[in-house]
Amino acid sequence: MSPLLEIRDLRIRFRVAGPIRARLKGIDDPFLDAVLGVSFALKPGSTFGLVGESGSGKSTLARAIVGLVPVHSGAILFEGEEAKGGDSDFATRRRHIAMMFQDPVGSLSPRLTVRALITEPFLIHGKDGRDLDAEARRLLDMVGLPANFAGRYPHELSGGQARRIGVARALALAPKLIIADEPTAGLDVSVQGEILNLLVRLQRELGLAYLIITHNLAVIRHVSDELAIMYMGRFVEQGATRDIFENPAHPYTHGLLAAQPLPDPDRRRANVELQGEVPSLARRPKGCEFHTRCPRAIARCRVEIPLPSRLDAGRLVRCHAPLVAPIASTD
Amino acid sequence: MSAGAVLDIRGLGVDFLTPRGRVHALRDVSLQVPRGSVVGVVGESGSGKSTLILAALRLLPANALILGGEVVLDGEDVLRMSPAALRDLRGRKATMVFQDPSTSLNPVLTIGRQMIDIQYRDRVPTARKRDRAATMLRKVGIPDPATRLDNYPHEFSGGMRQRIAIAMALLCNPDLLIADEPTTALDVTMEAQIIHLLRQLKSEFHGSILFVSHNLGLIAELCDRVVILYAGAVAEEGSVHDLFHRPRHPYTQALLECDPARLAKVSRELPTIPGDVPDLLAAPVGCAFAPRCPKVFERCRREAPRLVADGDGHGAACHLVPAIASSRVGPRPSTGSGRGPPVEPVET
Repeated sequence: MSPLLEIRDLRIRFRVAGPIRARLKGIDDPFLDAVLGVSFALKPGSTFGLVGESGSGKSTLARAIVGLVPVHSGAILFEGEEAKGGDSDFATRRRHIAMMFQDPVGSLSPRLTVRALITEPFLIHGKDGRDLDAEARRLLDMVGLPANFAGRYPHELSGGQARRIGVARALALAPKLIIADEPTAGLDVSVQGEILNLLVRLQRELGLAYLIITHNLAVIRHVSDELAIMYMGRFVEQGATRDIFENPAHPYTHGLLAAQPLPDPDRRRANVELQGEVPSLARRPKGCEFHTRCPRAIARCRVEIPLPSRLDAGRLVRCHAPLVAPIASTD
Repeated sequence: MSAGAVLDIRGLGVDFLTPRGRVHALRDVSLQVPRGSVVGVVGESGSGKSTLILAALRLLPANALILGGEVVLDGEDVLRMSPAALRDLRGRKATMVFQDPSTSLNPVLTIGRQMIDIQYRDRVPTARKRDRAATMLRKVGIPDPATRLDNYPHEFSGGMRQRIAIAMALLCNPDLLIADEPTTALDVTMEAQIIHLLRQLKSEFHGSILFVSHNLGLIAELCDRVVILYAGAVAEEGSVHDLFHRPRHPYTQALLECDPARLAKVSRELPTIPGDVPDLLAAPVGCAFAPRCPKVFERCRREAPRLVADGDGHGAACHLVPAIASSRVGPRPSTGSGRGPPVEPVET
């Protein structure tokens, strides 16, 4: 099956100093790389999870897909086609890719009613003779909210309800792909399950593909088919979700999984596996970016950037000393 | 009062006066923090956990009305204290670490200045205070503390700021540290480090911690005892082992089942608790959890269950829990009734 979305060797850079300031301060490279050498493919109707700590570049990557952030090099192909620059080009893409932003309440305009919020996409992309009231009712029904919610304002909604409105808004134009940035952040556990079940049901009914960005490993384990772990803009490990959880290959993945607290007082962790924090992108460590925190770092890690090597079942890992032996090194 | 408790909250009731009416935020809540232990408070949003900890230091907003009960901290009732006595208590006997470390530090003062200022009660030279601040920073794992004292909060990462907030909270050697979801703003690897730090410090400063969170994993990791709040009342309390391994209240059971981290098998269909948290504008008749409870029966809708605890202090407010012991959790004064004596509404 040809991929719905394909990313090839993507690089996204942000300028941190203007040309003159860079010259004056002697900065050779006035850019920092938010996303580096990222490649992956997303099949129609499947779910791809993107996991990483803050600053790992996961949101930047998502934003680039819908053209909210310029791409430095590499390609983003949607249904085999690349959107080049112009906003009109992205307009068609944005019809098929919907975005659910972080913060369920904050991403809704406080001055618009629910009806206006969920039918806003039609005003931007064309009504085509649709009855907006009927559309609002249909969308509310799809996300499991009663029709009388149409007149409410965001401040009258609970976190879970606001999230449902976010989903309804994303569904409005019948997209093929929904990018969900932290869909469960800030929600209570009982509500978290409701939202994820809603997303899963909609996927089944409408054949949607999802790109879910999260730092919540417990959640992503249940909902995604494939997974990528991001660290400082790179995919350090990617592959089938189950393989990664059962047998993490990258020391960072292992550390992330170990940092997840278990809801069992008999299985308390005696020590912390990953010390310190993510280094600043402006001071990207030489060699493997993770070597500063890696418990398995060897001399080679400090000088040489590891290339992705292939493991079982199409899994890729960027590590000189992975926890699972690689089959072959790919370029 | 129970001799071993640093904080002893009994029969606390708090209403909020809002334009929509009175919100019954806490109803007859009792909670004890024994000396030297970590007590976790778990609850979903709207369960009253923030109200509870604010009431513990009498930091409630002006529209809060304390209906009754007492909050005894180190033998003194916080609710009946003079403002001067309150000022003496806050920051010395009890301190608080807030959710968001970037808003709890003053952005225009160096952290050294802030850490010296907080020791205003001690009559020692400033240089001593600065040394103390540096020592405390080292304890919470900030490298090169003497230099970092001259930095402003924005020069630290989120995890570092939370470490500083913890250092400041412990600087006056409090008997009670209240931590209000101290890791929600942090990444998992930093969260693990902060929890580890709290555990280390706890054994070092011999104080007690009241830890508020909705993350069951963290509660299991850190706490000795746990109190589960639902809709402004205690649903269940007990040792961390009893609560996680032998939950009695249907709400606790449902909450534990909901946690995706507990599901051993991968499942696309995650368990949820159907229904919504009740609107506390009207005090619930009967059990507050009845509309969502899978085991509900007729009595639940009519009569509010009382919390019944066994000898281990494990109790649940549920009609289904057999009355093992008729006493309520924690030793109570022989003259005491279910509620504390009424108090005048307190201005805060």
